[in-house]
Amino acid sequence: MKEKIFDIAIIGAGVVGASIARKLSSYNLKIALLEKECDVSFGVSKANSGIIHGGFHHGSEYLKSKLEVQGNRMFDQLEQELHFPFRRCGIIVVAFSFEEMKTVEHLFMNGIANKVVGIEMCNRRRILALEPKLNTDVIGGLYAPAGGIIEPYRFVFSLVESALKNGVELFTEFKVVSAEKNDHAFKIFSESGAVVDSKWVVNASGLFADEISNIFKAEKFKITPRKGEEFLLDRNSAARTDHVIFPVPDSVSKGILVIPTVEGTTMLGPTAIPQDSKEDVSTSSLNLDMVFSSARKIVPSISQRDIITSFTGLRPALESGDFYIDISEKQAHFIQVAGIQSPGLTAVPAIAEYVKDLLKKDGLVLTEKSSYDPEIDKLPRMRTLHPEEADALIKTNPAFGEIVCRCESVSEAEIVAAVRHGHTTLDGIKFYTRAQMGRCQGGFCTDRIIKIIQRETGLSYEEITKRGKNSWLIKDRIGDLKVNSYRGIQ
Amino acid sequence: MKEFKFDTLVIGGGSAGMAAALEVSRRGFTVAVAERENSMGGILNQCIHNGFGLHHFKEELSGPAYAEKFIDMVETSNIEVFIDMTVMDIEETGDLKYAYGLSKLTGMIKFCVKTVVFANGCRERNRGSIGTPGTRPSGVFTAGLAQRLVNMEGYIPGKECVIVGSGDIGLIMARRMTWVGAKVKAVIEIQSYPAGLTRNIVQCLNDFDIPLYLSHVVGEIHGKDRVESIDVIPLKKGIEQKDKTFNIKCDSLLLAVGLVPDNELIQKIGISINPETNGPIVDRQLMTAKNGIFACGNVLHVHDLVDFVTEESERCGRYVSNYLDKKIPAEQFRSIPGQNVKYLVPNYYSPINENKFYLRTMVVKNRAELIVKVNDKEILRKKLKHIQPSEMISFSIPGGTVDCISECRDNTLEVHIV
Repeated sequence: MKEKIFDIAIIGAGVVGASIARKLSSYNLKIALLEKECDVSFGVSKANSGIIHGGFHHGSEYLKSKLEVQGNRMFDQLEQELHFPFRRCGIIVVAFSFEEMKTVEHLFMNGIANKVVGIEMCNRRRILALEPKLNTDVIGGLYAPAGGIIEPYRFVFSLVESALKNGVELFTEFKVVSAEKNDHAFKIFSESGAVVDSKWVVNASGLFADEISNIFKAEKFKITPRKGEEFLLDRNSAARTDHVIFPVPDSVSKGILVIPTVEGTTMLGPTAIPQDSKEDVSTSSLNLDMVFSSARKIVPSISQRDIITSFTGLRPALESGDFYIDISEKQAHFIQVAGIQSPGLTAVPAIAEYVKDLLKKDGLVLTEKSSYDPEIDKLPRMRTLHPEEADALIKTNPAFGEIVCRCESVSEAEIVAAVRHGHTTLDGIKFYTRAQMGRCQGGFCTDRIIKIIQRETGLSYEEITKRGKNSWLIKDRIGDLKVNSYRGIQ
Repeated sequence: MKEFKFDTLVIGGGSAGMAAALEVSRRGFTVAVAERENSMGGILNQCIHNGFGLHHFKEELSGPAYAEKFIDMVETSNIEVFIDMTVMDIEETGDLKYAYGLSKLTGMIKFCVKTVVFANGCRERNRGSIGTPGTRPSGVFTAGLAQRLVNMEGYIPGKECVIVGSGDIGLIMARRMTWVGAKVKAVIEIQSYPAGLTRNIVQCLNDFDIPLYLSHVVGEIHGKDRVESIDVIPLKKGIEQKDKTFNIKCDSLLLAVGLVPDNELIQKIGISINPETNGPIVDRQLMTAKNGIFACGNVLHVHDLVDFVTEESERCGRYVSNYLDKKIPAEQFRSIPGQNVKYLVPNYYSPINENKFYLRTMVVKNRAELIVKVNDKEILRKKLKHIQPSEMISFSIPGGTVDCISECRDNTLEVHIV
């Protein structure tokens, strides 16, 4: 039997890999998308701040600035095709001293050099008119109306769905552990013994890009995870702003932001702490006070009472501080896409184009696929419908009338859709539908979701996990365990 | 879209909703109950332990048995019950309210009503609300979810668990988990005294040799995929003694760290919230700042005993009926918490009617006194044998007791505990 040889294998189904896969799926190519986790977007991409940046944080000498500005402009069309939550709410940078105002001016000049449309300098009156919830000590700032917010994981899910629709093959739980090259193709081995053969390899493995590069005997570099902790506030928080609010950045990071998420909650963060571990996404009580005191300097009405949850993401940072996207000089037919930290999410549509051009330069033949369909089906969301629309929808499918997640108003039909799109863990369903993401954090709906997964997949309760691997939920039923004897048991 | 007309829509078919609906129905008004689960009874359905009904029925019942008594009464009444029904939004036009509820059986329904009663209970505080640091593995459950998994579905959410919080829900779950064969390794309580009833400490912990760590907190959760252990930090005078941190191996953590009124829809329609209770601000009639919209039970403030929920909700039902009868309520003034009082419900009183109050204190004390003052004059003084924050206190001021109403004072009623 002759084994299937892919034209391209993309390692990593985060936002970068998914974007590249979808872009390449518009050509006549055989594409494999390899992911070590049990679902897509389960790495760096799921704990992203979800900001579509304004193109003013870095100078025009950086590759990331160029791709950021290009990428930003591509989101309107992507939203129309892929229906992920996205809004151009605008970005504001606030200054509280004349020194900070100088930095703001520098950011403004960056924006001009990067050819950002609509960027402006604001005096105190103007900035308070734009965002009345700001601390009135503000003296001025910058406004970038083209900045926005998206739900990062929903963006990835849509990209992957579109890629799969156009013929890409997804391999989850495929952790690349070794690779060989014979003749003109790579043989890529997974931890569990599966093999994928491919002529080209794209390294989009986020935090692990350095390790993957080593496995393929390509360039040596080091990815340093930079931890970012975020706090999520209730939908009803009085502190929700209209725009994404940035403080003036320092040399390491963009600072603690106030982010009105596209789904109505408010997010504070992220912190920026370099660490060695690529696995440690623990949260710490020390950061809570730091994040809240920083955020309160910007928006005084922010309150710890409104916290729903906190979580941590890791940025895959390179020492250069820039993206590293290039054809490998050490390994033929190997493309590096590494160091994609902020503004990576904003830049990904442009990164995908850039990688496509690199592949072409490297000899890959690109012919457009006539059957390529950029659009995916739009899944209705009960929470956003008017009563009449909701009524009509329930008539077509009664499962839309069964609200499973009360905090985020997610219907059974939406959860079933998630499962049918391959998201069969609690976290997969959470990120796809928002069920368990609201103020009760799954307290009321987890048992119902477990039942729906069981019904739709035939999995037994022991097989259902929070996010794959050993993240089991239930192992035993009543009667399975031996009951010890105590005074209270007669 | 179907439309229905009722005098009253009750949101929630648990203990509060059923009691309120029955009272309104007894007075001859038409009532609909919207219940989002597929049967009435609310959280009582999963509370299969005993201890319910001692005040109201003068007998000890399990949660489902307590609920059953009310379900029977509702089923033989004229109340129309809509199960699997989630109320999504409420609009107002003049005196009429339009509530939009949906279910898979009916599609979207527009309820055109004169009054709405919020009786939709509370939810559990969770890891985010208490900000427990550490990894985010599987195996962290709220106690109520664990209770539902065990009692309703027959699943055991872990073999070796630690419970955070010594309130009655935490204690009951400690016993329940032991009964199904899990090992409960500790109950951790941040306060220096147990939050639950003494009888539950004895019957749920002592009888099963479960250690209770008072003045301790969970420092960090460990485990990448599933909970593997937790760090516990002792407190000394409220300050963490990090050098005395110890580790407990476990595969699950059950959080019984308090309840909060489920006030989402109330807030969404613009009703102001009392930050001390997280429930709406209500007048003596248990009516919110919006005319014709009432609240009772755990959505108003979290109660200790279902018997108190029933009492409050039946009263709410009578107030709703009075409103529908267009009885003009007597003049009301503010009632506010004073010394050592965390909150007081309701937030207004009427000098000429009887006023029933519920409150929570902020202190633990033996032989305390409750003092009620209006315009600096003492109206009522009551001896209390033992008080603590976790035990709700109730008292009544008979109509006509307040005899110092003055046109040049604000006539605010203050409740102090000394």
